[in-house]
Amino acid sequence: MRLKSLIAAGLAGMIALAGCASPGGQTAAPTGGGGATTPAAAGGGDVGVFTWWAEGSEKVGLEALQKVFKEKYPKNTFVNLAVAGGAGSNAKAKLAADLKNNNPPDSFQGHAGAELFDYIQAGQIEPVNDVMDGLGGAKVFPKNLLDLITVDGKIYSVPSNVHRSNVVWSNPTVLAKANIGAEAPASLDAWLADMQKLKDAGVQTPLAVGTAPWTQLHLFESVLLSELGTDGYVQLFSDGDWTSEKVKSAVDKFGKLLSFANTGGADDWPQATDMVIDGKAAYNVMGDWAVAQFTEKGKKEKTDYLYWPTPGTDGTFLFLADSFTLPKGAKNASGAKDWLNTVGSAEGQKAFNLAKGSIPARTDVSVSDFPAYQQSAMKSFQSDKIAPSIAHGAAAQQAWSSDITTALSKYVTDKDAAAFVTALGAAASKNR
Amino acid sequence: MRNRWQGLAMVAPSIVLVIVFVYGLIGQNVATSFERVTQKTFAGNEKVVAQGGVANYADLLADPRYQHALWNLLVLTVVFVGGTMLFGVLWALLLEKGVSGEGFFRSVYLFPMAVSFIASGTVWKWLLSPGIGDHEAIGLNRLFLMVGLPGLQSRWWTDPGPFNMAAMALPAIWQLSGYVMALFLAGFRGISDDQREAARVDGASEWRVYRHVLFPQLSPIALSALIIIGHMSMKTFDLIYSIAGQNNYVADVPATLMWVQLFQQRNAPTAAANATILLLIVAVVVVPYLVYTNRTEGAKGR
Repeated sequence: MRLKSLIAAGLAGMIALAGCASPGGQTAAPTGGGGATTPAAAGGGDVGVFTWWAEGSEKVGLEALQKVFKEKYPKNTFVNLAVAGGAGSNAKAKLAADLKNNNPPDSFQGHAGAELFDYIQAGQIEPVNDVMDGLGGAKVFPKNLLDLITVDGKIYSVPSNVHRSNVVWSNPTVLAKANIGAEAPASLDAWLADMQKLKDAGVQTPLAVGTAPWTQLHLFESVLLSELGTDGYVQLFSDGDWTSEKVKSAVDKFGKLLSFANTGGADDWPQATDMVIDGKAAYNVMGDWAVAQFTEKGKKEKTDYLYWPTPGTDGTFLFLADSFTLPKGAKNASGAKDWLNTVGSAEGQKAFNLAKGSIPARTDVSVSDFPAYQQSAMKSFQSDKIAPSIAHGAAAQQAWSSDITTALSKYVTDKDAAAFVTALGAAASKNR
Repeated sequence: MRNRWQGLAMVAPSIVLVIVFVYGLIGQNVATSFERVTQKTFAGNEKVVAQGGVANYADLLADPRYQHALWNLLVLTVVFVGGTMLFGVLWALLLEKGVSGEGFFRSVYLFPMAVSFIASGTVWKWLLSPGIGDHEAIGLNRLFLMVGLPGLQSRWWTDPGPFNMAAMALPAIWQLSGYVMALFLAGFRGISDDQREAARVDGASEWRVYRHVLFPQLSPIALSALIIIGHMSMKTFDLIYSIAGQNNYVADVPATLMWVQLFQQRNAPTAAANATILLLIVAVVVVPYLVYTNRTEGAKGR
């Protein structure tokens, strides 16, 4: 008897709880749905947008974009589904699980290029040609960028911004210790010679590099581009030879660069960039999102920091781009298209990129609205040759860049150059 | 009769849940591990990601990276289990002698266990930072410099040597020694004082009291501590993920490699094969223990 009354009491409790919960749930739904007066069919409703922009300038950028979205499409309600974590790796794992379980967000962020290809192959995202045509298509987006997001004539995402990956950030005060001027070294060899000078002048760490494997890959792709040249580098991802003499010499120079670098004390890129800001290191190779770090610390261009393309890569824009997709089975596809239209609009791109520190993917956004660094990057993007970044998903799909990262993290530990080149060759034949 | 049905009705939900969510998912995992997967690559070729069938297992076992991960796991487990047992027994012995403020020490030793591996890993990542020398040492290496013992600086788990994973066991030992201590302390307290008195009256030295009277009675506790620590070590993921980051070859163990295989290489069959092998490895340790406890407890019951 006692047991029965216990169960009865438990059931009653659960019903009471459910009773309490449901009114809250019911009131939450309409407010989340963009106002009770707006039916979802009329283009309103929740639009869940998945990104890894949860901190810093990225978060500010997303908020700026969100504001434009609200102005342009007041019927929709933006739902932020951002997942935090370095370079999106945690977010990608969560996203992969959600997509596999047929629970896609209404739109998600992806690196334009090979990384999106995984989703296209898995049939997880829809073409958005109509949205792109409405935005102006090839008239306002650069052709090489469109090529990267087009598969079999279909465009699968709307690019929001472009970043440059091959940038050296340096501290002129530290350079002055070894009487090195503000100009960029002409080649990797000249750069290495400068590092030796710095070391002789008592600078312990000429080059700052993070210990997170992706930051090392970020440095390595610049070195590869410098040694192989733009055409040779781009060819590596179609039919180039990863075990060629040029790759070997890139590995050799990468090893020499590492011998001038810190082996600890900086986990990820912000700490490595801070070493340059604080004068503990002379150089750091990082994407142009680093400019936000300098600005945030109140540093002034030319007096406090300098930047140039990685030596030997002048004239090439090693690029990566973020873009937004329309997943198959999105609950609010029309709202998602409104979002994509916002992302691709000149207005949205200006607001977003001013806040994030990147440059617009569209070419018709006024250059004069942007600060000095971004102006120079916008100019380079229009005039330079373009090459895709490995570390940021433009050049190789995730499986391949993961294999390259593994080989690289092994090399950083054991410094076995021959094994590294063999592993690079094996990764290419496995994933190409 | 009515009582029997009532009992069954009470346990049925949990039986169903276990069948579906434990054994069902193990079955699903094993089925996945035999799948064949091909994929079109960005360069336009059709590539076989996983061959399918037993070949998935053969390929995984032949992969040098997997072998490296298994070796790392072995080093980690040996040091982790050895270290926690050593410190656990040591602290239990010290407390068992009856120090003042025992409660305080007990909580100091036990407290780390309450912290999640992810949280403590973030701190240990800094403590075990590999930078050496005045300009870049932080964490433990900086401590060694400050106390004038620069020779003790180490590259920790990033050392290229084959035993680098021994360093990764340090945080794990720190975290779980207190737990082993609690187990042993309970064991010591469970032995009545009469036995020690009797041994001392017979003229046994303190060492002999422990060696011949107390320790033999603690062997079931030692065994369960070994099993618990051992299987925790084998499935370690969070600690290594938070200290070494993802996809870091140097610190690979099967569990972290599985994450890379599933989410980065997009190779579900190989990840599932890896999971199945991990399950078997843990089973090799746990099943004999279950059989043993079943037998001893069964004998007691009769």
